[in-house]
Amino acid sequence: MGLKTPLYDSARAQGGKFIDFGGWDLPVSFGSQLEEHHAVRREAGVFDVSHMGIVDIEGDRSQALLRELLANDVSKLTVPGRALYSCMLRPTGGIMDDLIVYLRGAGAYRLVVNAGTRAKDLAWITEHAARAGVQVRERTDLAMLAIQGPKARARAMPLLPEMLREPAARLQRFSAAEAGDWFVARTGYTGEDGFEVMLPADDAVSLWRALSAKEVRPIGLGARDTLRLEAGMNLYGNDMDESRHPLESGLEWTVAFEPRDRNFIGRAALEALRARADHALFVGLLLEERGVLRSHQRIDAPLPGSGDAPPPASRDAPPLAARDAPGALGEVTSGTFSPTLNRSIGLARVARGAGPQVLVDIRGKAHAARIVKPPFVREGRILIDL
Amino acid sequence: MSNVPGDLQYTRSHEWVRRLPNGELEMGITDHAQSALGDLVFVEVPPIDRKLARGEACAVVESVKAASDVYSPIAGRVTASNTQLAAQPELLNQDPYGQGWLMRLAPETGQGDADLISAVEYSKFLEDSQ
Repeated sequence: MGLKTPLYDSARAQGGKFIDFGGWDLPVSFGSQLEEHHAVRREAGVFDVSHMGIVDIEGDRSQALLRELLANDVSKLTVPGRALYSCMLRPTGGIMDDLIVYLRGAGAYRLVVNAGTRAKDLAWITEHAARAGVQVRERTDLAMLAIQGPKARARAMPLLPEMLREPAARLQRFSAAEAGDWFVARTGYTGEDGFEVMLPADDAVSLWRALSAKEVRPIGLGARDTLRLEAGMNLYGNDMDESRHPLESGLEWTVAFEPRDRNFIGRAALEALRARADHALFVGLLLEERGVLRSHQRIDAPLPGSGDAPPPASRDAPPLAARDAPGALGEVTSGTFSPTLNRSIGLARVARGAGPQVLVDIRGKAHAARIVKPPFVREGRILIDL
Repeated sequence: MSNVPGDLQYTRSHEWVRRLPNGELEMGITDHAQSALGDLVFVEVPPIDRKLARGEACAVVESVKAASDVYSPIAGRVTASNTQLAAQPELLNQDPYGQGWLMRLAPETGQGDADLISAVEYSKFLEDSQ
């Protein structure tokens, strides 16, 4: 038996099929994963994400601490409630975690971290915080619901505490409002508009039930994965981990190299990698044949002279790191069937110069695929050429 | 609870087998198997006339979640395969014992089918593996 969120019994009663997810018992679906996916793209759905770690950081030196710990720069957060997506790096540049940080007030921040990394994150943050004299508090007393979809905000708004309704209605994207222990952010992991709501664990069941009554249907981890992949969002542990750095994980845009005198952990390593400029690239993949892309499938150059495919990657292209399959151009890091595109899509790490046409090895057979720029889908709209 | 029709035979790898009047066998995957896989999005069936050994991987059923091989319950030759599943893999979720059939096989003579189990045995097997 794994860890249970406050919504375990509710989800079970609604027919949730449970799986182990990083030590937590969480619903993978409530029936048809495809229907859940479409419900979020077209209407509204709610995810129990209470397994994620919520960490409050407070103290005079908290900004200085986070400017050292995070690769993005929290000094960009000038208005309370604003949010920032960032990696937390090891000195090697390897990604410890990806997280969202909210500014709550002077010297007060909230981090939302991945469930699978929360223990090591907390140890790392606490160790650095102790030296800086900053308070770190994990909020295991809070639950978290993600309410996502084009109709999510309108349906959720009346269910928020009275004093939060107006501030929540006025929220810009990537910002949050709070009252008491309720915290409402206009953020998410689906590529749709919506809220992520942190609230006292004791209030979670009644909000979950009220949402169901408002036709915000419960959604499992299965659809969460197809939605985030269509939205071109990375999954920690699949698309990146401590052996990968942001530049080869499609996350360079989240690293604030300016100002130059901000000496964040991992900076020196990333600057050296950036100067060498021979690291692999992180791309989207669209499978052009029937089948389904999955993580760890091998990517090869198309055979010379096959059809109208362009020539394989230039000979100058450096091979991927030695640990990757010899001769391969790269590897699929996440793959699935995209319900919106009715095709298979993926994220992949490939050598420079690869593509646009490549071959993916699916159970021993070469399948044609094309390198594309994620996201695949945002706010219900298809953004790539099929 | 999953549906286990009494007039079919089963394997422990979750295939079902129906004996047809002409001596051929029709096969597919069970209701339990389709439910465990979830929404199917891709089905690959073998070409007609392919010879199969008992237990040989002969089809692939792939859902949003995972790909799974289907094994031939007997030694034989493929006489028909359900090509409609290429366009409508969801038939396998909706009607696993009917429109979701995978293939028909002409059994190789002299080959027993000792590995096949009855509906009662398969139901018990499902309960025991819960």
